[in-house]
Amino acid sequence: MDSRNPDIIGAPLDRTDGRLKVTGGVRYASEINVPNLVYGVIVNSTISAGSVAGMDTKAAEGSPGVLVVFTPFNMPKLPKQSSMGAGATPAAKKLALLQEPDVNYFLQPIGVVVADTLERATHAASLIKVTYDEKKPLTDLVAHLHEAFSPGQIGGSDKKPADSSENAPTAALHSAPRRVEQIYQTPIENHNPLEPHATIASWDGDRLTVFDATQGIFTTRQRLAGLFGLHDENVRVICHYVGGGFGSKGPVWAHTMLAAMCAKEVKRPVKIALTRAQMFNNTGSRAHTHQSFGVGADDSGKITGIVHDVTNNTSTFDEFPEQATVATRMLYACDSIQTTQRLVRLNLGTPSYMRAPGEAPGTFALECAMDELARELKMDPVELRLKNYAETDPEKKVPFSSKGLRECYQRAAEKFGWDKYKASPDPRSIRDGKWLVGYGMATATYPTNRSQSSASACINADGTALVLAGTQDLGTGTWTVMAQVSAGTLGLPMNKVRFELGDSVLPKTPVSGGSQTAASTGSAVQAACGAVLQKLIAMAVADASSPLHNADPKDVTAANGRLSLAGDPSKGESYAAILTRAGVPRLEVKSESAPDKEEKKKFSMHAFGAQFCEVRVHEDSGEIRIARWVGAFDIGKRLNEKTANSQIKGGVVFGIGMALMEKTVADDRDARLVNPNLAEYHIPVNADVPEIDVIFVDTEDAHINPLGVKGVGEIGIVGVPAAIANAVYHATGVRVRELPLTPDKLLVGAA
Amino acid sequence: MHPFTYSRATDPAAVPGELAEHAHTKILGGGTNLLDLMKMGVERPQRLVDVTRLPLAKIEEIPAGGVRIGALARNSDVAESPLITKNYPVLSQALLAGASPQLRNAATTAGNLLQRTRCYYFYDPAFPACNKRIPGSGCGALEGQNRIHAILGASEACIATHPSDMCVAMAALDAVVQVRGPKGERSIPFKEFHRLPGEHPEHDTTLATDELIYAVDLPDAAWAKNSYYLKVRDRASYAFALVSVAAALAVDGGKIRTARVALGGVAHKPWRSEAAEEKLVGASADEATFKAAAEAALKHAKGYKYNAFKIELAKRSIVRALTQVSGGLQAA
Ligand SMILES: Cc1cc2nc3c(=O)[nH]c(=O)nc-3n(C[C@H](O)[C@H](O)[C@H](O)COP(=O)(O)OP(=O)(O)OC[C@H]3O[C@@H](n4cnc5c(N)ncnc54)[C@H](O)[C@@H]3O)c2cc1C
Repeated sequence: MDSRNPDIIGAPLDRTDGRLKVTGGVRYASEINVPNLVYGVIVNSTISAGSVAGMDTKAAEGSPGVLVVFTPFNMPKLPKQSSMGAGATPAAKKLALLQEPDVNYFLQPIGVVVADTLERATHAASLIKVTYDEKKPLTDLVAHLHEAFSPGQIGGSDKKPADSSENAPTAALHSAPRRVEQIYQTPIENHNPLEPHATIASWDGDRLTVFDATQGIFTTRQRLAGLFGLHDENVRVICHYVGGGFGSKGPVWAHTMLAAMCAKEVKRPVKIALTRAQMFNNTGSRAHTHQSFGVGADDSGKITGIVHDVTNNTSTFDEFPEQATVATRMLYACDSIQTTQRLVRLNLGTPSYMRAPGEAPGTFALECAMDELARELKMDPVELRLKNYAETDPEKKVPFSSKGLRECYQRAAEKFGWDKYKASPDPRSIRDGKWLVGYGMATATYPTNRSQSSASACINADGTALVLAGTQDLGTGTWTVMAQVSAGTLGLPMNKVRFELGDSVLPKTPVSGGSQTAASTGSAVQAACGAVLQKLIAMAVADASSPLHNADPKDVTAANGRLSLAGDPSKGESYAAILTRAGVPRLEVKSESAPDKEEKKKFSMHAFGAQFCEVRVHEDSGEIRIARWVGAFDIGKRLNEKTANSQIKGGVVFGIGMALMEKTVADDRDARLVNPNLAEYHIPVNADVPEIDVIFVDTEDAHINPLGVKGVGEIGIVGVPAAIANAVYHATGVRVRELPLTPDKLLVGAA
Repeated sequence: MHPFTYSRATDPAAVPGELAEHAHTKILGGGTNLLDLMKMGVERPQRLVDVTRLPLAKIEEIPAGGVRIGALARNSDVAESPLITKNYPVLSQALLAGASPQLRNAATTAGNLLQRTRCYYFYDPAFPACNKRIPGSGCGALEGQNRIHAILGASEACIATHPSDMCVAMAALDAVVQVRGPKGERSIPFKEFHRLPGEHPEHDTTLATDELIYAVDLPDAAWAKNSYYLKVRDRASYAFALVSVAAALAVDGGKIRTARVALGGVAHKPWRSEAAEEKLVGASADEATFKAAAEAALKHAKGYKYNAFKIELAKRSIVRALTQVSGGLQAA
């Protein structure tokens, strides 16, 4: 039986929530109307290391509208191990919940004022006088490299050893006739989603309901239940819309816990919404990476050894390795690869996952070094990559479940006109007046992740369907693609299917991170819809009054709300007719869907891509403009051509920001952040973004997951900074190995 | 934000009196800078007098020559006014290079003149040292993150820059700021309006606390028609200048008759460079002259830990702007 409706799954449909969003109709977490609500405002430390000696809260407490002021000195103590909760989930962070007076980073929460309005709480918070015992903070990664230590392991749910080494790579590297050994660095960056983090928490006895801006309602539920020693069922987390997360809303952060703690004490619902500045240091950042990268090759360009040593900052109280070596371990065919990951403790907030954690900063080193090696060899950089094309995963030593990378290179190069580069590969060889023109490329890769997920599907007697899965839509199109998978699988038009998400009373799903929602929850939705349809078919063929009576279920097809015989479409009837006649108001199935462990052992599963760009660098000022972008991607099946395309475009834009301007700057004397706002922390504006041409190559992948999808949320950023840096080198002859590529770094080499 | 009272001015003549009578009173223009600073706790006025309903938004020709821009003319209206685009292109270009359309729609001419520095150490009271915010507390930027800071005319007390684009063009145009105090009106030549920090960086300008700006006058100047604004920044739009140049030239028979060069992003005030102008006037309009002017302009420049690149950038930008305004051999 093939019930798929190919016209719906994959169709470039507009988002089902698009109209509501652009007309301001959706309600984000901080906008939910909860009766009797009061407002919590977090007080932040103004130092980076030491402890709070005292807090004079008298004026704040006496300020109009104030209900209570919490400090480390009066906040009720949490049960010891729940206060931090680290280890509870892969992404669990140790949090500052006013349990002790220690200060470990600038802007750390050291108090909460609860008042009847936001303005009154904000004002009262400004009246608190804090005294500190200050310590000298640890501020600079590079200055403390000698104190680096191993985290032992890296990775999220798929843990890997921090170090990997095979076949004496250092010796292989040093004996290679052609080699590149360089230091590359990427700075601290912040996600800066449009919607600031926010939580509304309210208690009803020992039941807690939370509206949260989160990438994982079930993670929030688990952390809150753990914090208060509640059963999961006693905590309900709701999140219908998210205004972007990019990883920053994956873990649960202090404000969510503090909102619930305050609500419990004041016995009223409490809202805490972070300001833009509070998001810096408190909701994770991409770590500063210091990457020593060496690659050696023989004269033909065959890579013989790779050594990649990465060190990143972590906080003084928690550990987060930025897994920048993961792509190096699997991207090119080489049997002598060594990678290490180290951490340095600084007085900054704990870093965290940010769009393509690992791959985004790691491929800046890897893909720039490949470009440098190609120049060393006087070889076309695309050819160098093809020369070292990995047919099997060098790390896992198993084949890829599918790999369309060769086609990505070929199609992107052709569309871009890479011949122009080949005709004039020398630096500074192409110009347009004062603008130096350069072309660059880089490879993209991102693993296909999948976790256990569940969904339920229900066909109603009126011929409509209701499909439910907890999950959350970060703004990526989850609402839409899940409805498409449902409609396509159920053989119903879109307008007969209602899909609901964003509530922890719905079937349990994993965090929307690691580009895994389509693979995990999409597969669960498909399974539930397929199963309920089978149930309906079974009913029909068993029903003596049905035209399909005694048909073989395999011969029954479903389309447009109707079952019919494959060979004879005139023989059939509508879903509504079957259920109505039987007096069954609704048929419902709940399904679990989990990754196939055997397939995972047998195959390495990855999405791939090739990024090509043209840049223009002003000879006098060093200003960089990205003139053109072409990227080709193997992301498996697309559930919606339009939203998939948008995800890639968004990823490229994110990468342009990473390449050209993003950097969170701390004062190197005291670790205070100088630019925690969108006036000084630059992200791309429209004028920085060219036309982005996205090509999808079609790969069949029978092993990866039932839907054949590889994930599209993160791969778009991977390789973008390297492609730009490589193009800038072509334009100017200046090799910048430290992001971002601001104009000052390009003044030196200009004539 | 600290509590404050709010009132709406209806009579321009009454405003100076109100300012004089009550300490800690601030005029509210578009609010795009003042309100931000109040939210940050940098500015803490007790009273706000909203002047935006006063009839001071006109842009009109002065009968004796030149153009008068009302203090409340919005940045976008000034930028689009035919009187400006035709006679003073540098001013229109400078305005359009600043901020975003939304901000320019709100921002007023007087507010733009008085916008405060974007120095990180000034903007966030979490930083204990800032002589501009708390006189005598020190300068956080001197040995701190000073990539966006001054290279000309700074002092040990303050290395902040004036962030305005509009003002750089006005400095080049010899604008005059018209103000009214309790004792009457006075005209402040642009050069004297903004200050260098010296020992008192807490004072950005020479305007008294009880004076209302009611207009800015631009002189009648044929050379101003041949003017250009170049802004170099960290992204293509919506960023303050790393370095900017307002330039105007009148060339006659290959020789420069009149020259104006002002720099932005480099000093505590819009930096009019008379040293550069001296090199230009009388010389031929060619690259060697422009380079000599650039060297002269930056002769006394001083770089700090992260901003030394601005010296070279400023020199190149001067040459680029002058090349453009001289009808350049190549498009800049
Ligand atoms: C994100 C961002 C980016 C920006 N980028 C740029 C940029 O690239 N280039 C640039 O030049 N600017 C930029 N700006 C600054 C912007 O130009 C100023 O905020 C604006 O010009 C201030 O005008 P306003 O009318 O809003 O002033 P207000 O905020 O209302 O007032 C500013 C000051 O002027 C005083 N004042 C106002 N009117 C009068 C009067 N008539 N008489 C006496 N005193 C008065 C006020 O008391 C206050 O002290 C940016 C601002 C922001 C927020």
